[in-house]
Amino acid sequence: MYKVVYFSSLSGNTHRFVEKLKMPAVRIPLSPKDQMIEINEPFVLVVPTYAGDDGSGAVPKQVIHFLNNKNNRSHMCGVIAGGNTNFGKYYGYAGNVISRKCHVPALCKFELTGTPTDVKRVQEGLQKLWTQQQQKEKMLA
Amino acid sequence: MSAELKTVDTLLVSRVQAINWNRIEDDKDLEVWNRLIANFWVPEKVPLSNDVQSWNSLTAQEQELVIRTFTGLTLLDTIQNTVGAPKLMEDAVTPHEEAVLSNISFMEAVHARSYSSIFSTLCSTKAIDEAFDWSENNKYLQKKATLILAEYDTADNPMKKKVASVFLESFLFYSGFYLPMYLSSRAKLTNTADLIRLIIRDEAVHGYYIGYKFQKAYEEATPMEQMEIKEYTISLLLELYDNEVKYTESLYDGVGLTEDVKKFLHYNANKALMNLGFDPMFPEETAAVNPAILSALSPNADENHDFFSGSGSSYVIGTAVETEDDDWDF
Repeated sequence: MYKVVYFSSLSGNTHRFVEKLKMPAVRIPLSPKDQMIEINEPFVLVVPTYAGDDGSGAVPKQVIHFLNNKNNRSHMCGVIAGGNTNFGKYYGYAGNVISRKCHVPALCKFELTGTPTDVKRVQEGLQKLWTQQQQKEKMLA
Repeated sequence: MSAELKTVDTLLVSRVQAINWNRIEDDKDLEVWNRLIANFWVPEKVPLSNDVQSWNSLTAQEQELVIRTFTGLTLLDTIQNTVGAPKLMEDAVTPHEEAVLSNISFMEAVHARSYSSIFSTLCSTKAIDEAFDWSENNKYLQKKATLILAEYDTADNPMKKKVASVFLESFLFYSGFYLPMYLSSRAKLTNTADLIRLIIRDEAVHGYYIGYKFQKAYEEATPMEQMEIKEYTISLLLELYDNEVKYTESLYDGVGLTEDVKKFLHYNANKALMNLGFDPMFPEETAAVNPAILSALSPNADENHDFFSGSGSSYVIGTAVETEDDDWDF
């Protein structure tokens, strides 16, 4: 199954969401002073959104640092973005930016710490994708 | 007399410390300060007068509803500007938190000011005065204000004031915010809706920040205290909710929208709880907001289900492209 790689600021909203998924997860370090992580297996990225007035700055800096590593990017299978519909068209915009930039599917969005439906949708959705991917690989082998 | 004054002077000087933004104790303070500054706006920037024609196309009943709803919102912004944010400043744990709260307080004054800009652009003085009279005499609106003010005045614990504040910012506004979103979904008062969206965005940052400060205090509390605060939170929410339903009925029964508004209330009450770090309380089927309202709020909200609900055939493993820090400025 995919690993979950996630970023969560001091507010811990995304951390709470990831905890509820009950899947193996790795947190991208909060501080630029800490050693950046390297991932060598298929993962989905879960990130919060901090878009400004025009959508700029949507992707947290530490997530950018993580994605600047080509090896990390090559194992990313999709992105899930947190946010708040109060931000209008920039709701969960980090997902749109990362999807476009890294050519991975934007899988879904959730608000704040996520509802039980969001949790279920992600668990089931990732399971389905994983199975499809395994079958595809078997056929190719 | 002069000796007394001198004592006060000395006291102030010894107590007040100049704020140093180059020594940040809580990074969230600077982050939110910057976000609030970037989001700053004034109502003069929104071309409200473009709504005059649309306003004249509304029925008298709809016009009255709009003005009444907005006087209700003005009251909440006034409370938060003059009482709420200043009360929270007393409990600030960093000087930067105090500064952020002063920004929040000021923006609430801008919000309150905005409703009057809408009124003066669209309505007659007589209609405005009548609506303000209505708001002073609507017992549910007055009760909502009284409940929150009582918490600000008498709460024995700073966490309780924060809970009350998050409920105001993230829950109590939404019976009012519903209406401009509804009208905008029918292509009515679209400029007014643009202005309200700016307010909605600000309230999200306020609720998030105050909720964050609440969570920090809650983490430090003893299990006993946590239990008490959690019980307090739920019972205050239920008390506010009961009243909010009656307030909603007093506004929307006439136009038949009450049930639709209630879903929006449940949805936002759940988000208020999440801002405080608690789980949502209202079952999701009762919080399923009318898609037209949700898309007036956020045109991207329906992307929620996009990928997982599809066949997954477009699924591709990531192709690695070069990225550098400065590539990320879109």
